[in-house]
Amino acid sequence: MQRYSFLRHVGHALRGHRHWQPAWQTAEPKKQYDVVIIGGGGHGLATAYYLATRYGIKNVAVLEKGYIGGGNTGRNTQVVRSNYFFPESAAFFDHSLTLFETLSKELNFNLMFSQCGHIVLAHSEHELEQQRRTVNSIRLNGVDAEHLSPQQLKKRVPLLNLDARFPVLGGFVQPRGGCIRHDALVWGLARAADSAGVDIIQNCEVTGLQLQGDKVVGVDTSLGGIAADRAAIAVAGHTSELARMAGFRVPITSMALQALVTEPVKPIISTMVISPTIHMYISQTDHGEVLLGAGADVYNSYAQRGGIPAIEETVAAALELFPSLSRLRLMRQWSGTTDITPDTTPIMGKTPVQNLYLSGGWGTGGFKAIPAGGDTMAYTIANDESHPLIAKFGLERFTIGALIDEGAASGVSH
Amino acid sequence: MLQIPCPYCGTRDEAEFHFGGEAHITRPGPEVSDEEWSDYLFNRENPKGTHFERWCHNFGCGQWFNVARDTVTHEIDAVYRMGERKPTPENVLTENKRRLA
Amino acid sequence: MSHAQTFRRPQGGRIDRSNAINFRFNGKTYQGYAGDTLASALLANGVRVVSRSFKFHRPRGILSAGVEEPNALLGVDVGNGMIPVVRATLMPLIEGLNAESQSGFPSLNFDLGRILDLTRPLWPAGFYNKSFKWPSWHTFEWAIRRAAGLGRLPAGTDTTQYRHLNTHCDVLVVGAGPSGLKAALDAARRGDDVLLVEQDVEAGGSLLFDSMGIDSGPSDKWLTATLAELAGMDNVRILLCATVAGYFDHNVLTIHDRSAAHRGSNAVETFWKVRAGNVVLATGAIEQPLMFGNNDLPGVMLAGAMHQYASRYGVDCGQRIVGIINNDVGWRTMLAMADTGSPVSAIIDVREDPEDGLLQAAKTRNIATHTGATPLLARGSSAVKAFRFASKSGDTQEIQCDAIAMSGGLNPTAHLYSQAGGRLRYDEPLACFVPQECRQRVRVIGAANGEFAAANAYNIAKRQSAPLKSNAQWVDYLHDVTVSDIELAVRENYTSVEHLKRYTTTGMAVDQGKTSNLNAMTVLGQLTERALAEVGTTTFRPQFMPVTMGAIAGNRRGDFYAPPRLLAAHDWHRANGAVFDDYGGWKRPAFYGKDRAASIAAEARKVRESAALFDGSPLGKIEVKGPDAAEFLNRMYVNTVPTLKPGKVRYGLMLTENGIVMDDGVFVRLAEDHFLVNTTSGNADRIAGWFEEWHQCEWPELEVIFSPVTAHWSVATVAGPNSRAILAALPGMIDLTTGAFPHMSFASGEFADGTPYRLQRVSFSGELSYELSVPANRTAATFQRIWDEGQVHGIGLFGIEALMVLRTEKGFLHVGVDTDGTTNPFDVGFGGIVANKKGDYVGARSLQRAHDQSADRRQLVGFELVNGGSVLAGAHFVVRCGKDRRSEGFVTSAVFSPILGKTIGLGLIERGFDRKGEAVQIHDNNTQITATLVGPCFFDPDGERMRA
Ligand SMILES: Cc1cc2nc3c(=O)[nH]c(=O)nc-3n(C[C@H](O)[C@H](O)[C@H](O)COP(=O)(O)OP(=O)(O)OC[C@H]3O[C@@H](n4cnc5c(N)ncnc54)[C@H](O)[C@@H]3O)c2cc1C
Ligand SMILES: [Zn+2]
Repeated sequence: MQRYSFLRHVGHALRGHRHWQPAWQTAEPKKQYDVVIIGGGGHGLATAYYLATRYGIKNVAVLEKGYIGGGNTGRNTQVVRSNYFFPESAAFFDHSLTLFETLSKELNFNLMFSQCGHIVLAHSEHELEQQRRTVNSIRLNGVDAEHLSPQQLKKRVPLLNLDARFPVLGGFVQPRGGCIRHDALVWGLARAADSAGVDIIQNCEVTGLQLQGDKVVGVDTSLGGIAADRAAIAVAGHTSELARMAGFRVPITSMALQALVTEPVKPIISTMVISPTIHMYISQTDHGEVLLGAGADVYNSYAQRGGIPAIEETVAAALELFPSLSRLRLMRQWSGTTDITPDTTPIMGKTPVQNLYLSGGWGTGGFKAIPAGGDTMAYTIANDESHPLIAKFGLERFTIGALIDEGAASGVSH
Repeated sequence: MLQIPCPYCGTRDEAEFHFGGEAHITRPGPEVSDEEWSDYLFNRENPKGTHFERWCHNFGCGQWFNVARDTVTHEIDAVYRMGERKPTPENVLTENKRRLA
Repeated sequence: MSHAQTFRRPQGGRIDRSNAINFRFNGKTYQGYAGDTLASALLANGVRVVSRSFKFHRPRGILSAGVEEPNALLGVDVGNGMIPVVRATLMPLIEGLNAESQSGFPSLNFDLGRILDLTRPLWPAGFYNKSFKWPSWHTFEWAIRRAAGLGRLPAGTDTTQYRHLNTHCDVLVVGAGPSGLKAALDAARRGDDVLLVEQDVEAGGSLLFDSMGIDSGPSDKWLTATLAELAGMDNVRILLCATVAGYFDHNVLTIHDRSAAHRGSNAVETFWKVRAGNVVLATGAIEQPLMFGNNDLPGVMLAGAMHQYASRYGVDCGQRIVGIINNDVGWRTMLAMADTGSPVSAIIDVREDPEDGLLQAAKTRNIATHTGATPLLARGSSAVKAFRFASKSGDTQEIQCDAIAMSGGLNPTAHLYSQAGGRLRYDEPLACFVPQECRQRVRVIGAANGEFAAANAYNIAKRQSAPLKSNAQWVDYLHDVTVSDIELAVRENYTSVEHLKRYTTTGMAVDQGKTSNLNAMTVLGQLTERALAEVGTTTFRPQFMPVTMGAIAGNRRGDFYAPPRLLAAHDWHRANGAVFDDYGGWKRPAFYGKDRAASIAAEARKVRESAALFDGSPLGKIEVKGPDAAEFLNRMYVNTVPTLKPGKVRYGLMLTENGIVMDDGVFVRLAEDHFLVNTTSGNADRIAGWFEEWHQCEWPELEVIFSPVTAHWSVATVAGPNSRAILAALPGMIDLTTGAFPHMSFASGEFADGTPYRLQRVSFSGELSYELSVPANRTAATFQRIWDEGQVHGIGLFGIEALMVLRTEKGFLHVGVDTDGTTNPFDVGFGGIVANKKGDYVGARSLQRAHDQSADRRQLVGFELVNGGSVLAGAHFVVRCGKDRRSEGFVTSAVFSPILGKTIGLGLIERGFDRKGEAVQIHDNNTQITATLVGPCFFDPDGERMRA
């Protein structure tokens, strides 16, 4: 792998940047792989990367039906945090955040990780009580969180309107939370995985699974059949379709989650702010665009195209909390097909089909989980046994009723 | 903003309706196994393509009804009342014409 | 001081020369005319440089005359603050308008940032991915952030009124150029209800500057006649200054209407939502720049735009204009421009053999022509001075000029079509993307459909970049993306069109690539040796043109954001000193008086010692009637319903199908076939909908109907030992003695004044208590009555907060506070009731799962603090310490009980039922306090007081 650094960059600049090599190769599919990963989003790429670098399995292919990162990983609002309520969630997501903290260095690719803080607002006495419950939980889980008074909030977020229809009575911050450039993560992982020997195959859609008894032995793709000792599904909103190919059912609904940006302006918001009550979260990109996260459209959708109501809701909510944004213009809105589970916790681990593994149900918040998801999935595939951090995230939890309902407990997704 | 043809009132904005998820799910009795119960409770078809789903016109006539809708194009191919027969994929389009006529 | 409009022609154009308008740009005063845009007025005044480019601070001038403008994006103040990123090409000139460039330090014309241009090789596409890693991104981020952003957030309060309008139409025609006008006229004559939308201030489109013949007559006359006919038709509505910004599913479109946006403090912007039977897109096409060196110099403009400035605004963009073109339409533009008197000195065509007629036409107009030329570069530092090209024979030539009109061919404005789900197809002969197919009811006509000229009269050369070493040829003006950036991206394998876009940021700026996407794809195709059809295109997403956020929110601001629900007796409470808070959407008295803590304590004490009045009106009320009413409710409640006798009341719990506690409250059997269900206030609508869903979708065979009557009845709760005496004094009240009307009874009656009432003896405070319901319009009168009668007993008022103290003292469950989305009935002590219930009900099967029955679950208990002190809800029960410290649950309710003189509370803790008497640690924000677990009821455990 050609190393990246400022000095090398300058060196290349002097030579007109004519000597940079491809960040990753365009691979032709081989006949057989030890592990085939279906889906070239963050989770698929990270799984391949860790398989090759941590678990010694290098004969790996990532099959992506379009271009890598073209799913939710390239469409999300980049919130990264680990302030979760349940210990099992916190342990997993904090592992992710910790990996993120050194990942730019490890991948030798600037992911533009900005730990600008993740602030959650409370709008009533009751919400303050709930928030106290959550913050204590987070801290007892060993994760950083601090209460903020309305005055402290105002100091960090001067544009915030404390006297909104639902007044801001307090909040809390996870100082280590922040955002990461989504495309950079995709490219950085692809580049590192490629250099570790992984084949990244784009424009290759998996159309069927080759099963022998209750065991997977390969996949059918738009580029032909590929044999595989093991396979993993990491296709987010398309999980139900892949599960159908494998012959089992999953508790997942695909929904269009939307996001929008304004025209870019000089810096006005330097942190992430979310209000679970009025379902809106906001940040400002390095380009200067104000980035708003909206809710999902209410119906099943694979369209990657959102409707009007969610946008109107979000913009109205944003202006209620940030009235001074009213004269900015909304530039672009987009949507991704998210894989929502009943308890907002991902589904990871083994499946009813042998040697077939699943990493899905990431819903509205799986971007932040990419390093931990990749690491634990790679472990699970390598050992045919769930990594301890994801032991409770398996499909079985729905049968025994052991849901991990973060949404119900803390009310924050994304 | 979907335009949904309520079989009782005619076409109205999405905002007047409540989405109820997949239709035609049979509720099992309490005697079933944990597996069957969780399949009923949580597992969903969630197809890419025609989805049979139920909606309620709650800011209108208040009636629940079924809809066959494409989850990629969002086009509504059929609407029919509770208890009416589920259209087969082939007759979805004819149903549609009949309803929307 | 006014500057002369030196580039304004003595006559011509659609401007009103009798109406001079003063405006300011970067602190200087200028003059233009009514009918000008800000851009045309700047050009008339010879203003060349209007902005500095984003990355390299290169001087930039006006490029276009429309929505595609990437350079003339200015801060503009017309009385409502300095609005950033205003397209000068669309902004009507208004008296007093104050515009400023958004970039350039210390000034636009002398920008120190220009130094960046000299180090351009250091900042290619993706440079930040490869560098700025050490010591961390954070070290550099602030500087990058400060450099980004096009304008500033406007200061002051926004005075514009925003509103939403909803409408239907048979045909929505987008674009009022000749094609759109014709389509609108046809539809209108057929009798269709037509909505015609145009973003310009005037209808006419290209007819406003291009007088081609229509219907074999002069186009001016046709335009006037057509507009007159349309104006006279009742079934036609025309919106000007309005942009169709979004095309959504089911033929719903959004329009951003700015027709009244520039009225200073009376400004209005409207956001329309249109349900269109059919849509006709007549959105025209956008001329594309050519790629050559320094094609971003001020003075380099799109040919059609230059023609428009000349003909519509009477402005010459230069004194020596050279046309650089690759197609016939570009030729006709140059010739037409020359015919209006513009100083066109030469036309350089990249094609070898343009039609003879064109060459002849140029000759008769004294325009030099060069064919088969290869454009190389424009020269000049802050404005173009010359153009260099390679002639057919290969030698390099240079032509002096002060303006370059370039025409790289047209590309249909198919953004809305693409938003609608329409697919585009690359058309080789037209060298652009044209509409192919769409599932929605939409038709594309005119230039938007690739109909640029009469059949076969649009010959365009293959698009390509100039053969230069330095490659400072701009592809995306706004994001400063050059051909070499695309080369680098391709070299690094970012060759999918989406990767290219994201890696170089081409097409991601505020103009959304209207003048850059096609050229970027051209270079990509060139470098990867793929046909453009194979390269594909990116999907266009809303908005076509950015829309003011205020307009999207409409009037949903302040209270209108979520209108609070007011109690029928709101004013009565206010008059009595209520302090209101939001509870589940209702504004309800939290307490009465000034001092929160003291008031709450006094109110709670009043209930225990005498009596007080509480407004319980938001309590959910649903009537359930029919022969199967009891059976239906039996399937909804954990509790047994059919055994309840008419006139009696029972407390019950409802579950989700997953066995989670969803709601609680009492239900009353009014008659054998008639029940009244009370829900918690916040859940009233949800439970009514829940009943309907189960009935209609699961058990339609049950004969039962539901009627939500929450708002119909107001509820006066009178609680306390004296409540019976107070209510008994009301004329028309039934016999309230316990023998006649015991705890958990219901009765209805009529007061002497004819007011009907319903009465239930239930208690959430643990005291003798009655809930008296009267029709909502009798609320204040009834409250006053009770108040008056209660005076002799020293009656008081109590709000929600005191009620919370009282119910916590009693250990009564508050769903949503003492439970969350994981709590099942076992956890709150309903195990016995679950065990006794026969038959199936919603949620029953889920309770049989091992996890639901587990002994390790968190269970609701009470606690008392061992050494006094206080604690807040949200604190946790913890075990062990240091790194091993672990939460076992949390405090759900904590209050100071005035009657017990101490803090008490409820909480959910693992295995709580078996741990009564155990000392536990309560942890909150690093403080720790010891408590003892007790049963949840702290006061009158046998319930004697409420049964008295
Ligand atoms: C608008 C929006 C905002 C969000 N905001 C946040 C946020 O702030 N923070 C956060 O943590 N998360 C957020 N998320 C969620 C997050 O983006 C996802 O959970 C995460 O990116 C999922 O990663 P993935 O790799 O599983 O899926 P994806 O990135 O969607 O990748 C799956 C890939 O599988 C491919 N694929 C599908 N079917 C096939 C097939 N048959 N054959 C081959 N390939 C196939 C797809 O093309 C796709 O590229 C947001 C999501 C959206 C849509
Ligand atoms: Zn209806």
